[in-house]
Amino acid sequence: MRHVIVIGSGPAGYTAAIYAARARLAPLVIASSVEFGGELMKTTEVENFPGFPDGIQGPDLMTNMQRQAERFGAEIVYDDVVRLELDGPVKRVHVGNGDVHEALSVIYATGSAYRMLGLDDEARLSGYGVSWCATCDGAFFRDKQVAVVGGGDSAMEEATFLTRFADTVHVIHRKDSLRASATMQERARANPKIRFHWNKQVAHIHGGDLVSGVGLVDTVDGTESSLDLSGVFIAIGADPRTHLVHGQLDLTAEGTIAVDGRSSRTNVPGVFAAGDVIDPTYKQAATAAGSGVVAALDAEHFLASLPEGLLAQAVQPAAETVAA
Amino acid sequence: MSTAREVTDATFADEVLAAETPTMVDFWAPWCGPCRALSPILDQIAAEHPGRLDVVKVNVDENMETALTYQVTSLPAIFVFRNGEVVKRMTGAKGKPALEAELAEFIG
Repeated sequence: MRHVIVIGSGPAGYTAAIYAARARLAPLVIASSVEFGGELMKTTEVENFPGFPDGIQGPDLMTNMQRQAERFGAEIVYDDVVRLELDGPVKRVHVGNGDVHEALSVIYATGSAYRMLGLDDEARLSGYGVSWCATCDGAFFRDKQVAVVGGGDSAMEEATFLTRFADTVHVIHRKDSLRASATMQERARANPKIRFHWNKQVAHIHGGDLVSGVGLVDTVDGTESSLDLSGVFIAIGADPRTHLVHGQLDLTAEGTIAVDGRSSRTNVPGVFAAGDVIDPTYKQAATAAGSGVVAALDAEHFLASLPEGLLAQAVQPAAETVAA
Repeated sequence: MSTAREVTDATFADEVLAAETPTMVDFWAPWCGPCRALSPILDQIAAEHPGRLDVVKVNVDENMETALTYQVTSLPAIFVFRNGEVVKRMTGAKGKPALEAELAEFIG
């Protein structure tokens, strides 16, 4: 049994693990089998994480966080959580290979998952021209026509990135103004390879084996049009990953996990939540990291209130672990 | 990172199309984060089934010709070739149990 199990390995999860490990709590991190490192594994240059004046590659930033957590004694399991039992003083975390990990507290930091358009053929053509990761797939669209659907920061980032390869990047947005930050907007609007299609909604994705285009509907006057395309990159936001805790933890109206005020405390004692899974608004690597700190400190405080006999049963840090 | 053998545009025909054992090709690129996650899992699966399924990798940055021949548009992309033909094609990172299920006919 552990003092604390951290579920998730993005900036929130790893930062919580760093703090918990330095507090001699020997945390176990369930990092996921293939999505470890979280969303930043799918980005290139991160320019706004403090402490890296020349920027840092997203995957490198996450590898650094992982090494920092391990240095202080965090142990990492590369598997997916399939079931959680959060009631009672001992929490149980079931993972994909059948193992069950027990802990006195849980920090839930599973982030969010990309939203889909919800169209026929979207899933079928995923990986065949429909993509959620411009940095992964952009290079295959050299000199091609591609579209980015969305109007936020990630849509502008994807569109700007795709101009390295594509002939033209069509930004399809259902409104006539962008939600993206001023910097990202200016960069996209100044790029001659980006064309904006305002007040347009994607109604169909066409294609046999590969994407061939999209059908659009004007959100103001309802007129239909179409665009011939080789690639469609979807960047319309993300939903908090809460399916594992439905019926166990209270959620907010926005679908994030409800926490008490500025703390990370959920409605279940000993269960804390951090990062994008509690944040409907800011969703930044740096805010997620800060949220991870809050969760680790809240968990530490909670553990201090437990009887000595229970704490003594938990895994203690290895002797060779760097003294905090 | 993956320890699988690198195959290039120049060696693809010999090493994959002419191979006697079904061969899983891992199309990847150094800038693809999900590829870093997937490659070691493929190595593991191949190692656990010696002689049934080989695994090789193709860096698409350096071998775009092969990637375009097989219409790869998304990374990571995993193909299985048997007797020179594509017999399985998958895209996106998946967990080990999901991959094993998809590859059941080759490793089962």
